[in-house]
Amino acid sequence: MAESKNPNPMQDIERRFPQIKPLMNNSEAYYESSRCLFCYNAPCMLACPTSIDIPLFIRQINNGNLTGAAKTIYQSNYLGNTCGKVCPTEVLCEGACVFTKVNIKALEIGRLQNFATDNAITTHQKFFETPESNGKSVAVIGAGPAGISCACELRSAGYTVDIYEAKNNPSGLALHGVAPYKITNREALMEVEFLREQFGFNIFYNKRIVTKEELDALDARYDAVFLGIGLGNSAEIKIKGEEKLNCVGATEFIEQIKTCPVEKPMAKKVIVLGGGNTAMDAASESARLGAEKVIVAYRRAKSEMKAYYFEYDLAQVTGVEGLFNVAPIEIMGKNEVAGVKFIRTETVDGKLRNIPGSEFVLECGLVIKATGQLKQTSVIAKVKGIDMDEIGRISVNLETGQTGNPKYFAGGDAVNGGAEVVNATAAGKLAGKGIQEFLSKSGQ
Amino acid sequence: MANLEINFAGIKSPNPFWLASGPPTNSGYQIMKAFEQGWGGAVWKTLGVPVVNVSSRYGAINHRGNKVVGFNNIELITDRRLCDNLREMEEVKKYFPKHAVIASLMVQTKKEWQQIVRDAQNAGADGIELNFGCPHGMCERGMGSAVGQEPEVLETIARWVMEVATIPVIVKLTPNISDITEPAQAARRAGANAISLINTIQSLVGVDIDKFVTYPIVENHSSNGGYCGPAVKPIALNMVKNCSQHPLVQLPISGIGGIENWRDAVEFILLGASSLQVCTAVMHYGFGIIRDMTSGLEQYMDSHGFATIDQFVGKALPNVKPWEELNLKYSVKASIDEEKCIGCQLCYIACEDGAHQAIDLNEDKNNRTPRINEDNCVGCNLCSLICPVENCITMVRKDDGKQHLTWKQRTDSNNVPTTFNDELAGGLSHEVRKPMDAFKK
Repeated sequence: MAESKNPNPMQDIERRFPQIKPLMNNSEAYYESSRCLFCYNAPCMLACPTSIDIPLFIRQINNGNLTGAAKTIYQSNYLGNTCGKVCPTEVLCEGACVFTKVNIKALEIGRLQNFATDNAITTHQKFFETPESNGKSVAVIGAGPAGISCACELRSAGYTVDIYEAKNNPSGLALHGVAPYKITNREALMEVEFLREQFGFNIFYNKRIVTKEELDALDARYDAVFLGIGLGNSAEIKIKGEEKLNCVGATEFIEQIKTCPVEKPMAKKVIVLGGGNTAMDAASESARLGAEKVIVAYRRAKSEMKAYYFEYDLAQVTGVEGLFNVAPIEIMGKNEVAGVKFIRTETVDGKLRNIPGSEFVLECGLVIKATGQLKQTSVIAKVKGIDMDEIGRISVNLETGQTGNPKYFAGGDAVNGGAEVVNATAAGKLAGKGIQEFLSKSGQ
Repeated sequence: MANLEINFAGIKSPNPFWLASGPPTNSGYQIMKAFEQGWGGAVWKTLGVPVVNVSSRYGAINHRGNKVVGFNNIELITDRRLCDNLREMEEVKKYFPKHAVIASLMVQTKKEWQQIVRDAQNAGADGIELNFGCPHGMCERGMGSAVGQEPEVLETIARWVMEVATIPVIVKLTPNISDITEPAQAARRAGANAISLINTIQSLVGVDIDKFVTYPIVENHSSNGGYCGPAVKPIALNMVKNCSQHPLVQLPISGIGGIENWRDAVEFILLGASSLQVCTAVMHYGFGIIRDMTSGLEQYMDSHGFATIDQFVGKALPNVKPWEELNLKYSVKASIDEEKCIGCQLCYIACEDGAHQAIDLNEDKNNRTPRINEDNCVGCNLCSLICPVENCITMVRKDDGKQHLTWKQRTDSNNVPTTFNDELAGGLSHEVRKPMDAFKK
């Protein structure tokens, strides 16, 4: 007789997606930290968007001062644990490690970072004191990495901070969008809770701020507003058949895996459209969820993919195949997806063009569109004075995060068009400082 | 092909590697195992009136991922009955007649000394080592280092032993003394056949900073121990050199102190040791390290054309001189190989903060290779020592090799600084930055 158990979504995801950067044990951390040279003006630190003093925290780990190590990390980066897990360390700190120049394995900086921060979080340490309220308050829209980071920075200076979050959980894409084998939901959520306990910002969930009235209400109530609104849904590719069942956006696909994993069985054949890191994540996840054949189809050459080489490697390891110089022209099938019609492409004189007569069809039961996310232009347009660039990104002063409307600041994906958690974290902290400067100078 | 056999003061051994007296030579079982694996000799764990030991007994220094760089113990001499040790010694000699078995001894009265020497000889020992070195526990009872620190007492006891000894006698010296050559000379005067050094250095290996007690911990207390292991090698080398060079010592030397590989062994031999004793390395890695030690030594001897150990014993001694005889005109400057540099900038900060501010960062921030300021480089070696890349920083000779002037010669010709503000001060030859420059970024 078959056994049945009540589904446990969290455990189910953690079982299906073992962490690629698992937590170090004490011995591993000791020996690994022993290798650090303690470089002067260290390249790893210079490569970190949040400038964490990496040699210092590694030395603190090595000398048995885990609390000090975590403090060093959090002083530079409020999402130290999340970043340690999800950062593309191969092209940041670890990629800059001087050992790589002599073909010695770079220090495992990300995992060492997690060793320290995880300890701080799980033992509920408190590093930060928040001063008495200075009487000013700031609204933060979006509880993603940028918003949380901005909130921490402001709270440490005595501002009251209310975060308005559209979803029912914090962390933004670090929770909903990052591949589940990079960080568990539990880890992402625990760090925000750890920060909330220390800094005491308020988060209001299921509060999507979209209308002019909602924005005006915030404007009236707060001294400044930070927009950490990120990006919207997956972009359409605008081809025939896109509306068919089982033709989904990558962001929505990953979010579903991460938040309600118990659902229908995975399609046997999956085609992922796109060549960025999100395409690689969606492909890897499909393969790990049991798809027998997963193809990443990209309209340009392999060398032109925006995905990091190690993300493509990681996808390939799970059995994902790459198909290059093919553009989708139609999603096939009746009501449900049955395949994708492609046309081959080539680059002539720097311009991509279709090769007439080269059409072909590949069968599949699921199409995942990973060709970017929409910008939240309709929300942005409702605030007077905020400028956007030609592709809908919010224009800000890169030193302060201030927008064209001096009371409004922004950072993260909504400004950079979609980058790493660490970039959003850095931008949020920067804007937090920018807001302080603005509010103290203007006497507002 | 190199021949590793030695004849050390009449004690023959298939190779110069002996187990030093200590836990690895506690029993015939261990020594048989060691000989089986290739050790040339063994100095039995010190025999005497059996002791009672405490628990725990050892402590260690670890350094950045390397375990047991230094080792400390508060264990005493053998806690086994003499009759059991001697019976096993006989058995070992029966199976390994060509290997060296040396009985380490420590007792108090003349009667005891002469009795135990005879007993060891009857058991078939090839030699005797007098333990005048142990700096913990036994010294409180007037033995071990208490003897080694008093040359007259050492000489008296050694004479008692020499009266009855029919096999070579080695006197083991303690380093817990300001001039190691004094007890060495006393051993010579007493007629001993050889000396061995160093025994352990009196030490506290560390403090438990939560329990406020030093290691190793016995209940809530501890006691000083004896320090050994890789970290003590430089101290041992210097003492071996001092004894080797002293005209009134002139005895074969068995070198002890942090030896764990063939390189260490070669260094001891070059400074005058003609047999080598190992303990801590075996306690760390087991007897198996002998295979690397003998093969490395053979390789070294073959590559240098030494057919026997004797051919290079003390070969470095003529080059170790008093400081005043060193050539002040010899000049080296650091040189960084830009191809090899990985940009860690440790040389920069080491020189900047810890030495003579003779390394500058490149003005181009994308170029992480520092540059040597030769005017300020005093040729101290620091940068080349801390550089993590092999042969990246080398010290290049800059003088023409034609001039030779020593401190002694300068003194003889009244050409040395003699007053506090003397213009002959060596530091005037290079720039020293102003204190306020420390605040410049």
